[in-house]
Amino acid sequence: MNSFEALRDPERCKAVLAQIEEAMQGQTLRFMEVCGTHTVALFRSGVHSLLPSSVVHLTGPGCPVCVTHESEVAAYMELAARPDVIIATFGDLMRVPGPGGSTLKKAQAEGARVEVVYSPFDALAVAANNPGDKVVFLGIGFETTAPTVAATLRLAKEQGLTNFFVMPFHKLVPPALDVLLSDPAMSIEGFMLPGHVSAMIGLKPYAPLADTYGIPAVVAGFEPLDLLQAILLMAEMKRQGKPRVINNYRRVVADEGNPKALSILYEVYKPGDALWRGIGTIPGSGLVMGDAYKAFDAFEALGVELKESKPLPGCRCGEVLKGIMPPNQCPLFAKACTPATPVGPCMVSTEGSCAAYFKYQLDLSPA
Amino acid sequence: MCLAVPMEVKHVEGDVADVEIGGVRKQIRLDLIADRPQVGEFVIIHAGFAIRILNREEAMETLKIFQEGWNLELI
Amino acid sequence: MGNKLLLDQGSGGLASHRLVNEVFFRHLGNPILGRMDDAALLPRPKGPLAVSTDSFTVDPIFFPGGDIGSLAVHGTVNDVAMLGAKPLYLTCGFILEEGFDLDDLDRIVASMGQAARKARVKVVAGDTKVVPRGTADKIFINTTGIGEVVASPSPSGHRARPGDVVIISGSMGDHGLTVLSCRQGLAFDAPVESDCASLNHLILKLVTGLPAVHVLRDPTRGGLATSVNEIAQQSGVGVTLEEDAIPVKPVVRAGCDILGLDPLYLANEGKIICILPEKHAAKALTIMRRDPLGRDACIIGRVGAENPGKVVMRTGLGGRRLLGMLEGEQLPRIC
Repeated sequence: MNSFEALRDPERCKAVLAQIEEAMQGQTLRFMEVCGTHTVALFRSGVHSLLPSSVVHLTGPGCPVCVTHESEVAAYMELAARPDVIIATFGDLMRVPGPGGSTLKKAQAEGARVEVVYSPFDALAVAANNPGDKVVFLGIGFETTAPTVAATLRLAKEQGLTNFFVMPFHKLVPPALDVLLSDPAMSIEGFMLPGHVSAMIGLKPYAPLADTYGIPAVVAGFEPLDLLQAILLMAEMKRQGKPRVINNYRRVVADEGNPKALSILYEVYKPGDALWRGIGTIPGSGLVMGDAYKAFDAFEALGVELKESKPLPGCRCGEVLKGIMPPNQCPLFAKACTPATPVGPCMVSTEGSCAAYFKYQLDLSPA
Repeated sequence: MCLAVPMEVKHVEGDVADVEIGGVRKQIRLDLIADRPQVGEFVIIHAGFAIRILNREEAMETLKIFQEGWNLELI
Repeated sequence: MGNKLLLDQGSGGLASHRLVNEVFFRHLGNPILGRMDDAALLPRPKGPLAVSTDSFTVDPIFFPGGDIGSLAVHGTVNDVAMLGAKPLYLTCGFILEEGFDLDDLDRIVASMGQAARKARVKVVAGDTKVVPRGTADKIFINTTGIGEVVASPSPSGHRARPGDVVIISGSMGDHGLTVLSCRQGLAFDAPVESDCASLNHLILKLVTGLPAVHVLRDPTRGGLATSVNEIAQQSGVGVTLEEDAIPVKPVVRAGCDILGLDPLYLANEGKIICILPEKHAAKALTIMRRDPLGRDACIIGRVGAENPGKVVMRTGLGGRRLLGMLEGEQLPRIC
């Protein structure tokens, strides 16, 4: 058995589950993951359904698609409607609704030119192949994805491309964690930290979780055994009253992160404020184009502005994202708000907490 | 939030590598990692870029720690 | 430039006639089609008729393992066969874009002819329209199939019953991943071919050997997950699938991992879901595995009375989750 197979081995997983049950004797654990891939992995693998009832799984603002603000959608929809613009995007954004339910899918049906790409690098080829058009890449993503867009911008500059632009909608994870932790209603007892974001930023930004707030935190991978080990570590740290930030995804995450990726990131971008769907503006939680790359900033170069819109009526995503309310207790869940007609961010992406509950959880979905 | 998969390095040329997993081959970029991976090593790919060279010893080590008799101090 | 399709070739005039003779009749011809009347005159079969129609717009039009022509035959032959019928006749309608490459058209129609002969169905009526450039994308094909129902009662999505088992004839997602791997912007090299094939001979053996087959369905668009959900809803039963039992080729799994897709929602064009009482399962498996198209047949789940209308997946770890239907087509994702 190689190490990949071992990470899915039912026997090993069952052994850790038994250890979790032991560690949970006489205590509860309300843990939050802040990574949509964790959300999906917990449900898809069946780990969620196997946890003892004393372990409560909360889903935080860990999906950069979900937290793409409706004002940001409005801004790129404005560009998509222009005849000389080609939007290049990850497939994730195609169904994200903006004001009035507009989506890139619908814009495409109305004639907008939209190219789904696997890598931001592929968007450079779209620009090179369409020299008469303006190619706008939608720069979504957290610290994992933002450096790939930054590296692409460096290449665009090297190649002297003048028809390639980026709309930076990136979001940063640590400032969002601060917002969660500063809410007085917060009751999180453990954090499952995002594996691939951590591969970039390392462990240091998480230090306050344990040091200031006394909450155990574990950087986790995405295989069933990774998930179970992380839960065991959180439970054991809580039981012993010894909160730390543990890196349990060492095969991918170095404690110091990836300094080269971060240096490219901050060569291209600089920190700025960002709008989060369901939460609002979080200071210092975004990235804006650095001075040397202003020419590639779609907002400046193409004359678009971000206009903050009103909060969504009836939507309780803010509370769901903070782990204060479980998805199925929102009055809109599975009624006004479904994957077909998402109201708030948590239902928008397949990785959203409400969408995952709707899709995977047996007892909660309507017939 | 960030889908990333390990793929085996087959060929490296400058900032570009050919990688493979389960028979699927792709060309990816190495701009974001400081070291050049060796052929046969695994890299973690996100959105067409390698974000890290997989550390196999650490993978085995983590598996070992959780066998019987583990405790928090070991981790 | 004699090798591009002209509007004249769909006009009904001499140019049309030449196209019909040189391409369509050459590859698809038979005595019934050869009468060239306004309608085909068909002998009446003994059993009830099964009729199905489908339109094919696949992009790319050529892909490893097949093309839009062979797919247009296999797809409709399979739909007719799923009723426990023996497909006999096909009609086909072509919408062709002005400027379409005539060599490509010849290749596609030849491939249809070959697929039809292999499935032993006759193309008995056809139509061709050529539309101005830009008003259609290269080539669209509609086929209608007519077959004689031999199973009694006919298998149907409404007939799944508690105590039945769910059998699948082979690996999931091959066609869907093949088509995706050819799309621009996502290009990767994968040694995978579409599974597109006519299953009628295999199905005939199944329904004549085993009258107890309750449901037959080909998990095409929407994949296994969507088809099994449809059956659960039609029959008002619950279905439990075993994740580890569902065959998925490593290359398909890897391609899906990279693009963030689930192979259980990818299209198949040469596979069947067969649902029947457990006591007949061994015989069904024997019949299927003897046919090259059913070599990897296996049991993947069971039908029960609990959770009516729903499909539950038991994961490799023994956990449970809902396997639902998707809102639309799966899109590659990085998140």
